[in-house]
Amino acid sequence: MALAQAKSDATEARLSGLSIPEGGAAWAREARHDALNRLQGMGLPYRRDEYWRFTNPAEFLTQETPRAEIALDAPGFEETDVLRVVFIDGVFDAEASDALEQDGLEIERFADAVTKDIHWVKGLLGVLETAGQNRVDRPLAIFNTAFAEDGLVLRATGKVSKPVHVEYRRSEETAEAVLRHMVRVEDGAELTLLESGVGASRLNTGMEVDIADNGAFHHVRMQGRDHERRAATHVFARLGQESTFKSFTLSLNGMMTRNEVIITLKGDDAVAHVAGAALGDGRDFHHDDTVFVTHDAVNCESRQVFKKVLRNGATGVFQGKILVEPDAQKTDGYQISQSLLLDEDANFLAKPELEIYADDVQCSHGSTSGAIDETALFYLKSRGIPEDKAQDLLVLAFVAEALAEIEDEGLAETLREQLASWLERRR
Amino acid sequence: MLTIKDLKVKLEEEDKQILKGVDLEVGAGQVHAIMGPNGSGKSTLSYVLSGRDGYEVTEGSATLDGVDLLDMDPEERAAEGLFLAFQYPVEIPGVGNMTFLRTAYNAQRKARGEDEASAAEFLKIVREKAKDLKIDAEMLKRPVNVGFSGGEKKRNEILQMAVLEPKMCILDETDSGLDVDAMKLVSDGVNALRSEGRSFLVITHYQRLLDHITPDVVHIMANGRIIKSGGPELALEVEKNGYAELMDEVQ
Repeated sequence: MALAQAKSDATEARLSGLSIPEGGAAWAREARHDALNRLQGMGLPYRRDEYWRFTNPAEFLTQETPRAEIALDAPGFEETDVLRVVFIDGVFDAEASDALEQDGLEIERFADAVTKDIHWVKGLLGVLETAGQNRVDRPLAIFNTAFAEDGLVLRATGKVSKPVHVEYRRSEETAEAVLRHMVRVEDGAELTLLESGVGASRLNTGMEVDIADNGAFHHVRMQGRDHERRAATHVFARLGQESTFKSFTLSLNGMMTRNEVIITLKGDDAVAHVAGAALGDGRDFHHDDTVFVTHDAVNCESRQVFKKVLRNGATGVFQGKILVEPDAQKTDGYQISQSLLLDEDANFLAKPELEIYADDVQCSHGSTSGAIDETALFYLKSRGIPEDKAQDLLVLAFVAEALAEIEDEGLAETLREQLASWLERRR
Repeated sequence: MLTIKDLKVKLEEEDKQILKGVDLEVGAGQVHAIMGPNGSGKSTLSYVLSGRDGYEVTEGSATLDGVDLLDMDPEERAAEGLFLAFQYPVEIPGVGNMTFLRTAYNAQRKARGEDEASAAEFLKIVREKAKDLKIDAEMLKRPVNVGFSGGEKKRNEILQMAVLEPKMCILDETDSGLDVDAMKLVSDGVNALRSEGRSFLVITHYQRLLDHITPDVVHIMANGRIIKSGGPELALEVEKNGYAELMDEVQ
């Protein structure tokens, strides 16, 4: 078939110049080779693929790394006491980073972990990613398993008091980065991971998060403000009994962003919340949130809350699914995706899905697109607030429900300020 | 203070004349009441004065201390000292009441070339005014008007008025949806703000609000015009005989 041929040609062209990282322990080599084989069999995403209907993957596939102007960006989370880990053009930078030491936490470079013959990562690398290919192809995640050389490996054994902050920096206009983070939260342990900064002109990050019973993992991410960024990210999470997973992403700008979060609730009474706010200005802004939550245990709760503010021809995409397996009784699933279109040129494309095989569940989903509320705008103006400021307030109000998903009030405030200052500069 | 001359207004969307020549002069420190049946144009007058979209002024003028109001954006009118207490205060989820108040306060100060108040300074100002209106701190923390009772919403309007210190206050059916106690609280708030330099235009359907806020002048509005003006006794007359008789009498 012509289409299949085109797809496999494109895949071959993209992979031809690449080779999987050399060295590493046998298990790591095996995982990478297995990934490469799977990727060759599956093929890279093609714009005719159903899962890529709203987002053209072409930018992720060019052989040459796209050039992107380097934008100055604040490091982010400056007001939080963190363990800072810096990656420059996708490579760990020891000098700019804090010492990799923290009570209740084992932390090391991915590049180091994969050279060790005995390591817990052996049992996890590619495992959640492979499981996440069930029902939907995620070739860019396999790409990450095959080609990622660096990243962070974190194992929380207790309540880790300081968040780990991964800061991405960029020095080259054509920096390409493929990063892999591995996270294991042990029974009763707690960890907060923050991410911020400009990753690369083309960034592919993958994260596998395995949360044991009673564990808690919090993830707050600010995607860099560099406009010419292309980023494809995947977070795979597996939740044990009574465990918690919470992830929030703030995206300001970015011409091509695809954030996929794939969650499986494996233990009873687990809770998973994934949320995000994206603000886009301009015809070349494209932001895609793709979420897949599988309920595979009893009495679990999941929430998806996504808000997008779009103007001047910006495009926002949401693909969200809740899958409830036959035994996942007492499931409580919620999904909402909303867009605020500040003018008539902006686009919001949403595909909310529920697939339920259990009979005692509570699932709801909604998706809306709307303009700014003129009555509220007049109310604010009648109190002396100028139109642009009044509009900013209403934008902040619109994304408030998503920001409320962040448990830590200090972190939520940091993101709120980022948002407010972005709005002010964008007037 | 407020001078309205032969104001004629139609709806922007359809060719429907709402105000057919309104003349009104509210002096400094005075309280004027406008009463009238539904559809007489009372609320339209308040919206046109505060600058809401959707209306077209076809003739006439409205000035505040000689400054042409009709030429300005709503926020400029506010900075000039005009305030409209809404009949239906708008709920704004996600915006804290305190943030809203401070943003408005500082925006007006900035527009007038005055220094903005810091968070701490402002908190002090608000706390004092809120206490008088029996508005507790919890209400200040909540999003603007969200989950407020009818009485709380109207008290919140008066709080905004107290904080922003306008010179011309328009109260649009402030009594609607209030029970007796809430009406007293709101009226006390308004009365406390009465001063030589501040005028009020109280738009109401019923006379009962005027028992609490005693007007200097009462106007009866019908069919887009002020058909009769008089002292407080005019309100009592309306209460007793209704609008119909008065309208017949004028015709």
